Amino acid sequence: MEFIVASSVGVLTAAGVYLLLRARTYPVILGLTLLTYAVNFFLFAMGRLSVNLPPVISDEALGYADPLPQALVLTAIVISFGMTAVVVAMALRAYLESDSDHVDLSRSEGSEKADHS
Amino acid sequence: MNHWIILPILVPAVVAPMIVLAVRHDIVLARIFSVASAVIMLLLGGILMGMAADGQTQMYALGNWPMPFGIVLVLDQLSALMLVLTAVLGLVVLLYAIDGWDRHGRHFHALFQLQLMGINGAFLTGDLFNLFVFFEILLIASYGLMVHGGGPARMRAGVQYVIVNLVGSSVFLVAIGLIYGVTGTLNMADLAVRVPEVGASEQALLQTGALLLLLVFGVKAALVPVHFWLPGTYALAPAPVAALFAIMTKVGAYSIIRMYTLVFGDGAGEMAGIAADWLLPAALVTLVVGMVGVLASRSLGQMVSFGVIGSMGTLLAAVALFTPAALSAGLYYLLHSTLAAAALFLIVGLVVDRRPGLGDDLVVAPTFAQAGLIAGGFFLAAIAMVGMPPLAGFLGKLLILDAARDTDAVVWIWSLILATSLLAIIGFGRGGSTLFWKSSAVAGRLETDGVPESGALSFVAVGLLLAALVFLTVFAGPVTGYLDATAAQLFETRSYIGAVLD
Repeated sequence: MEFIVASSVGVLTAAGVYLLLRARTYPVILGLTLLTYAVNFFLFAMGRLSVNLPPVISDEALGYADPLPQALVLTAIVISFGMTAVVVAMALRAYLESDSDHVDLSRSEGSEKADHS
Repeated sequence: MNHWIILPILVPAVVAPMIVLAVRHDIVLARIFSVASAVIMLLLGGILMGMAADGQTQMYALGNWPMPFGIVLVLDQLSALMLVLTAVLGLVVLLYAIDGWDRHGRHFHALFQLQLMGINGAFLTGDLFNLFVFFEILLIASYGLMVHGGGPARMRAGVQYVIVNLVGSSVFLVAIGLIYGVTGTLNMADLAVRVPEVGASEQALLQTGALLLLLVFGVKAALVPVHFWLPGTYALAPAPVAALFAIMTKVGAYSIIRMYTLVFGDGAGEMAGIAADWLLPAALVTLVVGMVGVLASRSLGQMVSFGVIGSMGTLLAAVALFTPAALSAGLYYLLHSTLAAAALFLIVGLVVDRRPGLGDDLVVAPTFAQAGLIAGGFFLAAIAMVGMPPLAGFLGKLLILDAARDTDAVVWIWSLILATSLLAIIGFGRGGSTLFWKSSAVAGRLETDGVPESGALSFVAVGLLLAALVFLTVFAGPVTGYLDATAAQLFETRSYIGAVLD
């Protein structure tokens, strides 16, 4: 199980970083999503991996799974979900307004102040 | 338990939805609510500063959970100081914005309140994961504010800004995961107890976590090599938003100060001083990159943005020495550089409003309305920013140089700060003379359609920031007295830990 979890975190991160380094917004957003999946997996594993252990107190329990990472992952999922929605909306708007979905600013844009409208 | 501590977070948290739900169609009411909230926050900042002044660290346990299980807010002199700085900056920037800027898009005031809530929360929290949550709150509000008013270039700079910060948030979570996995806690005071006890076999994991955390705070603080998002973002953001963002880089600096004095400070055993080796070189490179950027900028907004990077370099170089005297000097410089950068960004906004078609590009063009007054403001703010006498920037740099005198890095710090100050003076001198001075040699006059939007209230806002800089200079004695006590309290980690855990 350790191998599966570790390698899936690794593969997701590698794919995410690769996509992040692309020049257009759509792959970059996909890359961000993969990266957040990897991070969620990672957070989940930080309470140590265990099978069939209860997270809340019970009399028959031999040990406990750490409940805190699960709460943290939930928060992280909610936040990253909201953030992904924001970045998709902003990328669409930027594409519609400037007719280009390249991530980088061109040389002229870097120095030109946005129109004061 | 002191219930005042949570109010700087609660007030904007209540006012923001009220603005969205009740008064979103009435800009005048929204302005009244927003300004009232900012005034209340300033009063609260003052009250909390008074409470923290006796040197006692106070805590507020949310939900009254027993420590170290619940989330905790902690008030000490540094938090109180940052709250007051945020409130002053927020109120002044709001005065500028209600002069007309808030009409350019929707929900400006609600986003502004949420932004202040996130910043206040980040300064107050005593829990690492809660710090992440408040970072996200202030970031998501800043995304909305950054693209306020729209426009293709600003939209695309906004997307870039969001992506960089989302990657930063992912790294933050990984760092939190590593630290929790090794120590089993995220409460900062509890971390300070547990970190020295971590066994040798897990040192590597903890070190990775601590340095990843430094990287994340470095992104926020625009530290080289993760500074690249700042010039595009700040130069393309609307003027009042860029001015408010002057405090955002300081949130990164505050987090570095907090974590690496309390958790990874002198008492951290194997982990002691882990940040200093990386922070000092990075800060010095940041300083050089920023000030060279000032020299190479093509617009005033860009120039001020690189000035912000340079000032962050100076500030973090002082922080990286991790001595009480250097930290006190760094905090003085932090106060000054926030106010000076905000004043300059507002002045950029005034210039952009009055040069139709040219904006703040550094090209010689005919003169424009109120050029004399704006030039005077720019002159004062630029003097402060580059650190020439008599304003606070000079005192700040002097204090930092003095604090660095007995350290190993003295040669580097002295030579780089002095050399880059010269670069900054040349850069800002060139910018100011191109925009204001040479324009008098060109015939004609740039006219805007109608009266420029930023009117009397905008000038009042700039004037208030400049007055705050003068205040900081004139009352440098009492201010440094308070900052010395603050720095001493930061290194007295046992009182912080005791206040939270006992």
